[in-house]
Amino acid sequence: MADAPAHVPKAAAPTGPPDPPPPADVTAPAFIATLHAAVPGGVTHVSYWLGDWTLVVPAALILQVAQHLRDAADAAFDFCSDVTATDWPPRAEGRFDVVYCLYSTRHRHRVRLKVILGEQQPLASVTGVWPAAGWLEREVYDMFGVGFTGHPDRRRILMPEDWQGHPQRKDYPLEGPGELLLENPIEWLKLRQSREQADIE
Amino acid sequence: MIDTLVIPLLKIVIVLNATLVSVTYMVLLERKVIAWAQSRLGPMRVGPYGILQPVADAVKLMIKEDITPVRADRWVFTIAPIISMVPALIVYAVIPFGPEVKLFGRQVTLYITDINVGLLYIVSVASVGVYGIILAGYASNSKYPLLASLRASAQLISYEVAVTLTLVSVIMMAGSLSMVSIVRAQQSSHMWYAFVQPLAFLIFFIGGLAETNRAPFDLPEAEQELTGGFHTEYSGMRFALFFLAEYANMIVVSSVATTLFLGGWLRPFPNVAFLSFLDFIPSWTWFLVKSFVFLYIFIWVRATLPRYRYDQLMRLGWKVLIPLAIANLVVTGIIKVMLL
Amino acid sequence: MDTPVIHHGAMFDTNELVLNMGPQHPSTHGVLRVVLRLDGEKVVDADVVIGYLHRGIEKLSENRNWTQIILLTDRMDYVAAATNNVGYCETVEKLMSLEVPRRARYVRTILCELQRIASHCLWVGTHAMDIGAMTVFLYAFRERELILDLFEEMCGARLTYNSMRIGGLPLDIPPGWDKKVLEFCTIMATKIDEYEELLTHNRIWLERTKGIGVIDGPAAVALGLSGPPLRGSGVPRDVRKDEPYAAYDEMEFDVPIGTAGDTYDRYLVRLEEFRQSLRVIRQATEGIPEGPIVGKVPRLIKPPAGETYHAIESPKGELGYFIVSDGKSTNPYRFRVRPPSFCNLQGLRTLIKGHLVADVVALIGSLDVVLGEVDR
Repeated sequence: MADAPAHVPKAAAPTGPPDPPPPADVTAPAFIATLHAAVPGGVTHVSYWLGDWTLVVPAALILQVAQHLRDAADAAFDFCSDVTATDWPPRAEGRFDVVYCLYSTRHRHRVRLKVILGEQQPLASVTGVWPAAGWLEREVYDMFGVGFTGHPDRRRILMPEDWQGHPQRKDYPLEGPGELLLENPIEWLKLRQSREQADIE
Repeated sequence: MIDTLVIPLLKIVIVLNATLVSVTYMVLLERKVIAWAQSRLGPMRVGPYGILQPVADAVKLMIKEDITPVRADRWVFTIAPIISMVPALIVYAVIPFGPEVKLFGRQVTLYITDINVGLLYIVSVASVGVYGIILAGYASNSKYPLLASLRASAQLISYEVAVTLTLVSVIMMAGSLSMVSIVRAQQSSHMWYAFVQPLAFLIFFIGGLAETNRAPFDLPEAEQELTGGFHTEYSGMRFALFFLAEYANMIVVSSVATTLFLGGWLRPFPNVAFLSFLDFIPSWTWFLVKSFVFLYIFIWVRATLPRYRYDQLMRLGWKVLIPLAIANLVVTGIIKVMLL
Repeated sequence: MDTPVIHHGAMFDTNELVLNMGPQHPSTHGVLRVVLRLDGEKVVDADVVIGYLHRGIEKLSENRNWTQIILLTDRMDYVAAATNNVGYCETVEKLMSLEVPRRARYVRTILCELQRIASHCLWVGTHAMDIGAMTVFLYAFRERELILDLFEEMCGARLTYNSMRIGGLPLDIPPGWDKKVLEFCTIMATKIDEYEELLTHNRIWLERTKGIGVIDGPAAVALGLSGPPLRGSGVPRDVRKDEPYAAYDEMEFDVPIGTAGDTYDRYLVRLEEFRQSLRVIRQATEGIPEGPIVGKVPRLIKPPAGETYHAIESPKGELGYFIVSDGKSTNPYRFRVRPPSFCNLQGLRTLIKGHLVADVVALIGSLDVVLGEVDR
């Protein structure tokens, strides 16, 4: 929704989850060390909270990291539980967190990957690694407008094909776009601005 | 004059009305029996125990809007239900409900006519009915009915073969194509043909299920797959005609099966003398009771069995029933030649 | 859809038929739409279109407070509302590091398993109905009614229960309820045999389900299938066993798995799950401990900033909640559901290729999707 006005939050908006580093008494599982070795620079931050391990991965390396985590014997994350995203509009590093929840049916352990992504920045699709990600990535595209490159079927999934905007973004109006947005987005924008102006006055 | 015109006309009126009434009550019976099988009550609102439900159904269907889709083939769309209904009714002309009885001092036969090619007449007329389904599916100009009519034509053709082959073995036993003679032949041979020709009887029944599009062979109108199949686009009275034709066909199959295999109007063990006290029951009652048993089984099967798939249905027809029917025919022929 | 391929040059031109199944169709279980490309009756390709029931539950939840969301979760998998409640409450409890009393965990286990039976009842009925066996449907609904009665007594509602609170339960079980649950277990055990009598050894049922929609274990895992469709392919994956929640770590039960990965094995797995669920219900009801039903929950529910993912085993598969809290407001910053039906439905396209139209409805039924959950 490039033509929508940037939302200016009243209170200071949160700029992302804290992602605390693991405390000293928790030992990281072996696959993280292996991943460090196999994909240099593949993990920029390791976090441990409430028993969940989260790895922050640079956007450029997501395919290599995914491939390694699926194939490495000590990781074997063959089951992609979930792909989703979180919108943090004012964050400097990038607006979106794209989150991959992975599970290994062999070792029965979980890990979360997180990619921090700018608004117009594309991300490589992991459908080649986990076919399960196909629809999940379509939903992230539909709801957040994250463009996945190399996705075999990049269409909207829940919203109609001709929908304007991406509903799960924080600046998407909660009341919905209304008829006007669908038919004439520019008129809608003017109307909204005039209403805001009236509120201020 | 009376014998040639009035009595036959009266008989036609009576048989047609009786058929139509029993067809509407078949619908009620089906709903009731299936309800009991499924631990429900079935229709209970119209009349005591829902006994007047057919009247309500008829009124509803008659006053419903009769829709013809814009892009349908208007003429064929109108004719199709008629083609489907009429053969189901005119088959009754040769079905014997009983032998000759004395009524008001006159010898009256309890059948409309007894033509010497009765069975051939039934087979040929009944197979016209499928045109109704095929044309309905074609004329609707819609995809689901089209698929259904393709299914129907393939299904009816392949099961027609098996059914007709079993009929041939019955004809060989009786030595006649006339329905009345076939019953008489069973009387003189002291045996219902169901016991002489058990395999033919079974194949005829299965084929009958398939030819009337009844579960588990109700593919042309598979509600869950084809949303009602060939009559998807039909409403009101035209839909009712298809509906009634299906039940009329069920009654035809039951009547033919009764006549050919269960001795028609004959009481059980027609030649055992000490059972002759059963003769006080009119002969047509036996016929009705036997047909009713068939109809009940038709409904019972529907409440119990899942539906076959198209290819499995074809396989059953061509690879099982037709070879069995041919084998039965050959064995019948050999025995007939050896023994007589 | 691309335009149908027309093969020229043959004596008779044949072209593929594009058949639109749904969103209004008797056996697409709601508002699923499947666009089939048919060669005769054979499915060449399919496009599964969803979204007709999208109500924006995720977006709505981000603007409700933490307790109000419980009743929104009811509306996702509406045939297994209690399971959704448990999954959500446990995720928030994990986020707040709350301790749930043992009694509450036991009652949650009972409700989850009752819900699993109710959901499987609905499934066995509709699945058999899709294949043409109409009687099983009525039988299964008869038993589902008993479960709904139990739920009604427990929380006053019959479909959308709103039966959990963060930190425990809103109400204790009514007196005598546990006895009724045990009675139900006795009745249900015989009724399962009744369903099996009608279906399991029925030749037509076997022909219709064996070898239909075969998928092997690794492919099923890669496709993201979970729950009975995954276990039917022989993968012993059950969140109740692998990552126990509620009181499942104290329960004894088996995880049934199939071998062939076809529709029939998925059917057998679910029927066996009926029995295992009854086993768990019996253990939990007999061993239900005394004690409080709510833990120490602060008056204002405001989890600390952070994010977590928590999964439970819903009747359909792995039901996961990914919740982000910003630690400042009284509503979640991001509320995401991993709906098992959504991920299972993704496999439909792979499963139905090469099968006939009649198998399409069998396979939709065998995946057991609830569109309220797929579309949210």
